[in-house]
Amino acid sequence: MKTTPFHALHIAANAKMGEFAGYDMPLFYSLGVMKEHLHTRDHAGLFDISHMDHVEISGADATKLISHLCPYHAADQALGTARYTYMLNSDAGIIDDLIVTRLDYDRFLIVANAGCADKDVAHIKQAAKAFEASVKILPRAFLALQGPKAEGVLSLHFDVSGMAFLDALEPAVGWFVSRSGYTGEDGFEIAMPPDQAVEFAEKLLSDERVEWIGLGARDSLRLEAGLPLYGQDLSEDIAPHEAGLIWAVPKDLREGGSFIGAASLATKISAGRKRMRIGLLPEGRPVRGGVELKNEAGDLIGQVTSGGFGPSLNGPMALALVDVAAADNEIFADIRGKLIPMTRTKTPFVPHNYKR
Amino acid sequence: MSKTYYTDEHEWLKVDGDIATVGITNHAQEQLGDLVFVELPDVGATLEQGDDGVVVESVKAASDVYAPASGEVTEVNDALTADAAIVNASAESDGWLYKMKLSDTDQLNELLDLDGYKSLIS
Repeated sequence: MKTTPFHALHIAANAKMGEFAGYDMPLFYSLGVMKEHLHTRDHAGLFDISHMDHVEISGADATKLISHLCPYHAADQALGTARYTYMLNSDAGIIDDLIVTRLDYDRFLIVANAGCADKDVAHIKQAAKAFEASVKILPRAFLALQGPKAEGVLSLHFDVSGMAFLDALEPAVGWFVSRSGYTGEDGFEIAMPPDQAVEFAEKLLSDERVEWIGLGARDSLRLEAGLPLYGQDLSEDIAPHEAGLIWAVPKDLREGGSFIGAASLATKISAGRKRMRIGLLPEGRPVRGGVELKNEAGDLIGQVTSGGFGPSLNGPMALALVDVAAADNEIFADIRGKLIPMTRTKTPFVPHNYKR
Repeated sequence: MSKTYYTDEHEWLKVDGDIATVGITNHAQEQLGDLVFVELPDVGATLEQGDDGVVVESVKAASDVYAPASGEVTEVNDALTADAAIVNASAESDGWLYKMKLSDTDQLNELLDLDGYKSLIS
């Protein structure tokens, strides 16, 4: 199993470790998932996210390659800003969702999901053959610092006060900071050369406002924030408008364009979606991903894609993919024959706290 | 006089005559992390050894707790319905899951004693 540059720090912090995307990663520490989650919402949580890949696209055709891979106008993206987008296959299924940052006129950084890194890189390299652009995987350690105290903590090391949500900068060679994250809180993601990683993490951890947070709380935080997770809520069989993610595509490109999947996306949008992603509040107990959803008559109408317990919500919550025709009627989760009533609700389950 | 047995699935049974109180071990609750929900069997339900009689849910995942022996459920720990965290705080005492009337006490001979369980998790 692969390890990140912070592995020894996790062991020293008594982490319960587990496999995730081929890496030995911390699931939770001595605080436990519940307290780690609440600490992040109230103070500052430090996450090792080094299992995610950093792919740099550079060269004369870099904007053209990005605009070919992802459905947006990369040439219009302001320098020093990050953007949520995704890569589509030719059927407009989502290959992976990504954050793409424009670092310079002809240089972009793609941060890809850990579980998708290999197929993403293969896809990007294949597409890059037709362009004058190079594709390079950067060796980076990667941390997220999330929560209302994140700015105060990070300001001791970098000047981040002028950054708004999705602003990005390169404070030193091999370093990258963006005001972003996956918790619904204000916060930052910080990449650095692996040989400087442990020293920097120890500096952050010496601040009493900072605690290590494991993958368990990372999942409950992102789910409360209503953020879909690739592999659970998103897949190549799900199109952006079904996943509720069409907002990430500029209006003109929804009718066609030169990006991969453009024709299929336009066709699917005009045909209308049959399924949609919604938020649900299960009655009384958590309902997990994969559980089937039924209507009052007992017909299968969809399934839960992610479900769990929200410590800040103080109750169970779920994201689901359901038939559009059934979305406004009564919905039940079928747990081994027991029907659990589900109440449809807007997401996020807990309001976002981004610095706009 | 009661005797306590353990399983390699990290359950304990405290047996008094043919009545067994069943729970998960402290080691198991440490591995699972904060519990938020426990699905208990119905009183009167018949469980075969190895049946998934209970589901314990942590913030992140659901885990089955298998019946460590066969028998009929005679009582469940209703306090856990309101507060599953009792299992974290006191897995081998107040956090018991259910009691059952054993149908085959010979099954106990296959289970571990405390020393056997300790060597399993060490």
